[in-house]
Amino acid sequence: MNFDLTEERQMLQDSLRRFLKDRYTTDTRNRIIDSDTGMSDEIWTALAELGVIGALFAEEQGGFGGAGFDISTVFEELGRAGVVEPFLDTAILGGGLIAALGDDAQKQMVEEVIGGGLHLAFAHGEPTSRYDLSRVETSAKSDGDGIVLNGRKAVVVNAEAAGRIIVSARESGDAGDEAGISLFLVPAGTDGMTLRGYPLMSGGRAAEVTLDEVRLPGSARLGAAGAAFPAIAAQVAAANVALAAEAMGAMETAVELTREYLMTRKQFGRPIGTFQALAHRYSDLLIEMEQARSAVINAAGHFADPARERDRHIASARNLIGRVGRLVAEESIQMHGGIAMTQEYELAHIAKRIVMTDHRLGDTDYHLERFIDLSAA
Amino acid sequence: MDLSYSPEEIAFRDEVRAFLDEKLPKDLAEKIRRGGHPDKAEQEQWHAILNVRGWLAPNWPREFGGAEWNAVQRHIFEEECAFASAPRIVPFGLSMLAPVLMKFGSKEQCGHYLPRILDGTDWWCQGYSEPGAGSDLASLKTRAVREGDHYIVNGQKTWTTLGQYADWIFCLVRTDPNVKQQEGISFLLIDMNTPGVEVRPIILLDGTHEVNEVWFTDVKVPVENLVGEENKGWTYAKYLLTHERTNIAGVGFSEAGLASVKRMARAEMSGGKPLAVNPHFAARVAKVEIDLMAMATTNLRIISKAAVGQAPGVEASMLKVKGTIIRQEINDLARRAAGPYAMPFASELVEGDNDPIGPDYAGPVAAKYFNNRKLSIFGGSNEIQRGIIAKVKMGG
Repeated sequence: MNFDLTEERQMLQDSLRRFLKDRYTTDTRNRIIDSDTGMSDEIWTALAELGVIGALFAEEQGGFGGAGFDISTVFEELGRAGVVEPFLDTAILGGGLIAALGDDAQKQMVEEVIGGGLHLAFAHGEPTSRYDLSRVETSAKSDGDGIVLNGRKAVVVNAEAAGRIIVSARESGDAGDEAGISLFLVPAGTDGMTLRGYPLMSGGRAAEVTLDEVRLPGSARLGAAGAAFPAIAAQVAAANVALAAEAMGAMETAVELTREYLMTRKQFGRPIGTFQALAHRYSDLLIEMEQARSAVINAAGHFADPARERDRHIASARNLIGRVGRLVAEESIQMHGGIAMTQEYELAHIAKRIVMTDHRLGDTDYHLERFIDLSAA
Repeated sequence: MDLSYSPEEIAFRDEVRAFLDEKLPKDLAEKIRRGGHPDKAEQEQWHAILNVRGWLAPNWPREFGGAEWNAVQRHIFEEECAFASAPRIVPFGLSMLAPVLMKFGSKEQCGHYLPRILDGTDWWCQGYSEPGAGSDLASLKTRAVREGDHYIVNGQKTWTTLGQYADWIFCLVRTDPNVKQQEGISFLLIDMNTPGVEVRPIILLDGTHEVNEVWFTDVKVPVENLVGEENKGWTYAKYLLTHERTNIAGVGFSEAGLASVKRMARAEMSGGKPLAVNPHFAARVAKVEIDLMAMATTNLRIISKAAVGQAPGVEASMLKVKGTIIRQEINDLARRAAGPYAMPFASELVEGDNDPIGPDYAGPVAAKYFNNRKLSIFGGSNEIQRGIIAKVKMGG
């Protein structure tokens, strides 16, 4: 048994943590969030050069990592610094799907992603699908040699920056069937695809994507017709490892800020952390943080297991992280008082990142239900 | 024991309902219902409508132009306003400063300021908290030094709600630094247009501008703007805090919020069925509803006592803690119910006439969840309230 990071991962963690501490300050990030694109190309390029994206892909995909602990190591640090740049969308979801399903020509794009030169988005959720991965109503109809897409995709993170949007669409079956779903690579600016962009509560941007008679060549399909679901589930599993680790990293920051504040903020002539009512609540956060860290380790450590076992651990991690995340975000704000409610204080953004994680790829209740289903004999 | 309203109270409720139905501007109610914040003009418009009816100052005696309602009537009014999505009444002049002036101010001060509060001439804000004096309010440092017939004020206040709209600020200032903290504080009225007063916005985590810093640099304040006696301000401040606690439980807000969560849950789909029948979500809603039903009765028990003249003591602190926990839990349910459509940061869409991004109810829920973390922080944090309860009950 060994719970240490490998030397390579430790080096990546150290360099990433140092870079973000120096370069990704609260001020810098707030400027990035307020910008038109909601991200920094400079930061993106610099992090790609540090190997952040390469670490998310296996060697045979052109990277140097791709295992559960590579994902958790990178995203814990991104979370710790409250990074808003869309690594989840471009690399884990977008790049991961192309690496899993693409033909040789399509896989060229993975290289571009790893180099930092291409953004991607995964347009999967629909206005009424909530967190249900198989509820796809967007349609793909063959038309001669080509394909025609019609439908609407909801809250597509990073859609505006993406050179290619990976759109899921149904070629057969009913909404709710796992079989019959295909993925298509749609170049930005394709006729019939319109984007309505907006900023997100936790930073970054997303868009509503409308597909109206979008015509694509047959070569736009990723993988076999109607057979994309297992790959979607696998990449969503990777994304859930990333989200759990990211939230955990952000929670570490929240707890550390709270510790500093409790020790320095004086009221009634003494540091407020010396009041037992607050000291015990701070201790509870530390106890729950150990649970959160172990949940992330469980998810990352079982990432290569068979799908059912993998997903059961991932559901458990997202449920626990959802519960502990809410506790940490709310208690950290409460123990700070008003200062934590201000945009210019680091905790405000960090708390938003933690809580809004609960709205991506399943909330606490969704993952509880998944865990119950996957645990049934 | 009788849990129902009397025929007179029911008649009053119907009167309030009819008034709101007729007089509350529909577009304003729609804006509030969608989570928007009334701007200054809208707020003043609503105050003026209430003033015409004589309902702007429910707690004031009739001699000053108030409605002189008892606690039950005030509760009914607040509940109906919450259900109708009326803007809240800005409390600083009407329910905070006014009672202090009536009790401790001079005849001249009452005669000058009270009518101007009612007719909207003066917008008041509150200058209590300072960067170093939050929960420990008595440690405040803003200094007022008497020079002839003026005080010279220097210092900084913070968390000043809607100070950007204010014409006047009532302040706690230190007039004697050499005595026990509570005994060197005075209650001063300051014209915000005086040279040396500067308002700086504080932007909150949901992007809103509702609180401010107010800086004072050699601000000259006429001595007649002192309320009551010099160095007695702490007594007046404590009196004010008992008035700040009307509607402290926020039962109306919670009931309206819970009804809205239920509407959302009927519209949202989860696994092909309405979210409302999802057992996990339904259980969350049910637990909050059970808590709220009990708290509503606790609230009425305390209000009934208050209506016959028994002022609430620690009960107000208890209602504040429980009331804010329940309101925040409902905000959390609304956020959950909206699913992925809670993610867009849509303040401009909520405020403007733009089409919502997802369902119209989803736009404001995340912002409201974050913004309402303030409920358990301001007006004496829940930690301070718990301290008060224990201190009083254990006789400390």
